[in-house]
Amino acid sequence: MPVDSQELNADRNQEWRNEMRARMSAKERSALPRVKMPELEPRERSQGFREVNVGLGEEMAVQEAKRCLDCSTPTCISGCPVNINIPGFIKRIENRDFNGAARKLKETNALPAVCGRVCPQEIQCEANCVYQKMKKPPVAIGYLERFASDCERLAGNIFLPVIEKKSPLRVAAIGSGPASLTFAGQMAKYGYQVTVFEALHELAGVLSYGIPEFRLPKSIVRSEIAYLEALGVVFERNVIVGKTLTIDDMREQGFQGFFIGSGAGLPKFMHIPGENAIGIYSSNEYLTRVNLMKAYQFPHYDTPIVRGKRVAVIGGGNTAMDSVRTAVRLGADKAMIVYRRSEQEMPARIEEIHHAKEEGVEFLTLTNPIEYSADDDGRVKQMKVQKMGLGAADDSGRRRPVVIEGSEYVINVDTVVVGVGTDPNPLIPQTIKGLEVTKWGTIVVNEETLQTAVPDIFAGGDIVRGGATVILAMGDGKKAAESLTAYLTTKEPGR
Amino acid sequence: MNKIIEKELLSENVVKLVVEAPQVSRKQRPGQFVIVRTDEKGERIPLTIADADPERGTITLIIQKVGTSSHKITRLNPGDSLTDVSGPLGRPTHVEKLGTVLACGGGVGIAPLYPIARAFKQAGNRLIAVLGARNRELLILEKEMAAFADETIVMTDDGSHGEKGLITAGIEAVLKREAVHLAVAIGPAVMMKFVSLLTKRYDVPTIASLNTIMVDGTGMCGACRVSVGGKTRFVCVDGPEFDAHQIDFDEMIKRLNTYKAEEKVSFDGYMNSLS
Repeated sequence: MPVDSQELNADRNQEWRNEMRARMSAKERSALPRVKMPELEPRERSQGFREVNVGLGEEMAVQEAKRCLDCSTPTCISGCPVNINIPGFIKRIENRDFNGAARKLKETNALPAVCGRVCPQEIQCEANCVYQKMKKPPVAIGYLERFASDCERLAGNIFLPVIEKKSPLRVAAIGSGPASLTFAGQMAKYGYQVTVFEALHELAGVLSYGIPEFRLPKSIVRSEIAYLEALGVVFERNVIVGKTLTIDDMREQGFQGFFIGSGAGLPKFMHIPGENAIGIYSSNEYLTRVNLMKAYQFPHYDTPIVRGKRVAVIGGGNTAMDSVRTAVRLGADKAMIVYRRSEQEMPARIEEIHHAKEEGVEFLTLTNPIEYSADDDGRVKQMKVQKMGLGAADDSGRRRPVVIEGSEYVINVDTVVVGVGTDPNPLIPQTIKGLEVTKWGTIVVNEETLQTAVPDIFAGGDIVRGGATVILAMGDGKKAAESLTAYLTTKEPGR
Repeated sequence: MNKIIEKELLSENVVKLVVEAPQVSRKQRPGQFVIVRTDEKGERIPLTIADADPERGTITLIIQKVGTSSHKITRLNPGDSLTDVSGPLGRPTHVEKLGTVLACGGGVGIAPLYPIARAFKQAGNRLIAVLGARNRELLILEKEMAAFADETIVMTDDGSHGEKGLITAGIEAVLKREAVHLAVAIGPAVMMKFVSLLTKRYDVPTIASLNTIMVDGTGMCGACRVSVGGKTRFVCVDGPEFDAHQIDFDEMIKRLNTYKAEEKVSFDGYMNSLS
């Protein structure tokens, strides 16, 4: 997505900003150490579901903001899928204009409090920070993003942009995860009448059912939704598009443009013997029971979960880390990550791996399950694994795991969580005539516009990408909003 | 929120609710189900749609009191609301004219069987209903079934109504006597297992509608997975109906007991909270 450099420059050349730059030399700024995120102690936090990262205090944030050199061509922005004006919001923090910083974020990012927590900044904005060239730790952009949006929320004066031109046109988003929420926020700001349809009883998709409370408190998700509601977005829960309501029904109701952001919600299993034993969960089920249905508060809440003592989580991504850290919090004595490659190839964020280790999680890398055995009641009791070695690089650029013959051994387990990925949910692609779908079940779109084979339908996020990240989904939501606006303009001349 | 319009006690343990759900009532087809949540702390539970009235915008749910969630629902009265109803979920029954169709319903399974049996009758089949229950008091929807069925056979464990014996005895009597082109079995897992074993012996194609543990009901969690013909399938999106002769009922029965201990804790706590 192109960055509006004129706008960036105009913001950068404001008087206060010039003064701010002059206040400290780049040498002084770069001599400051990177802030450390205050965290709950591992022992304390693994007893419950409280958020692990506590957040920066005001002075810490201002100090960290000083480290930003306010570069004339900020490379960090190119690493951000939604092109946040990063120096713009950081310099406002340095200037102690925290609300101003939050507004700057919201100009381009509908969910900054979420992104500040779950984005992999280390491979995005922070990877492109000028400090990288200086071999110094990058500015803690993610921590600062979280700080600014938390300040605004806690102060309770959420800024609402003025919507200049209202349009009578109605548009719909299918699914209410990060892609759809971003799309909805953007379309509402452009003045359209937006309705978001969600299949579950709770909004926000993976932000609600997937990412645990200790990493993303649900109160934050709720307040981001409240912000969208204040922008005029209408949310309809318990509507399964394709079942409760079809796209044709929605066209009849007057919707003129659609965005599909239904995600990759279908769990993958490994299809090895014994996988249907009791106590073997998909990560989706395990996390949904805990996060969405609040099974960690059973029997206060009605939904139960097996509270395993010896829990093996299969996989090396963020979902696997979320699952294994959830198992720790549910009282596991032994919580293990079982991953077929080495730690180096793990797709999880380094911070998550680090947190999991601090909480006592054991890492069984280069290890792959091949069979489960159960007791007479059908409950899983053992897992047979084999050791793997690393061969040549595969298509993903990672070294391919290869079986070491004769290396099998048995691990005692009472709970297993299979977190080896998800596939796109076929419900929507199956029920919309004319959509083009790949053999993996993802929807084919024009890469530039995210338009599908059906002209009034756009799509983005995991239903197009397979399994990716929150922020890439959000980038798609934004891009689709721009494309749909261009498409609708042809229907509404004079706007 | 979905308002309850009518409530009727079908037996000591079985309650019929007519619930407002306009969109679902318009879209539902025989064999489909909804996911219901009674209150903010409630579970998401699957309930088969027993009937629907698109004009009134209502669906009919028939619930047997078993554990906490089903007790909670059956305590609701007209005017009260269910917090969530979502659907219609699952694939509808494939209904076609085959000849003679045997509709086998056990206990509360007669409720989801009812719209399916009616659809087969309407498609021009000869329909024989075989209904089983522990006793006369627990038998539901007999009159409603008999209203369209060409023949209705009732089996009770204690002989208090119809013939004394298991449902399989009633089914076998028909299979011995005439050619049956399809059997549809809905009821407790054990009953479906034995009906399936029986019809297999007579080489009668049989479908069973499964009611497994679910969370989302849209293919997201895999709690409902069953082995059918050696392959793992999801009841919520691939079912709820499968070729009964291919279903691994033993595995399914075990999985239904996943939360046996937790269900007791929850239920004891719930009953205590009432007293």
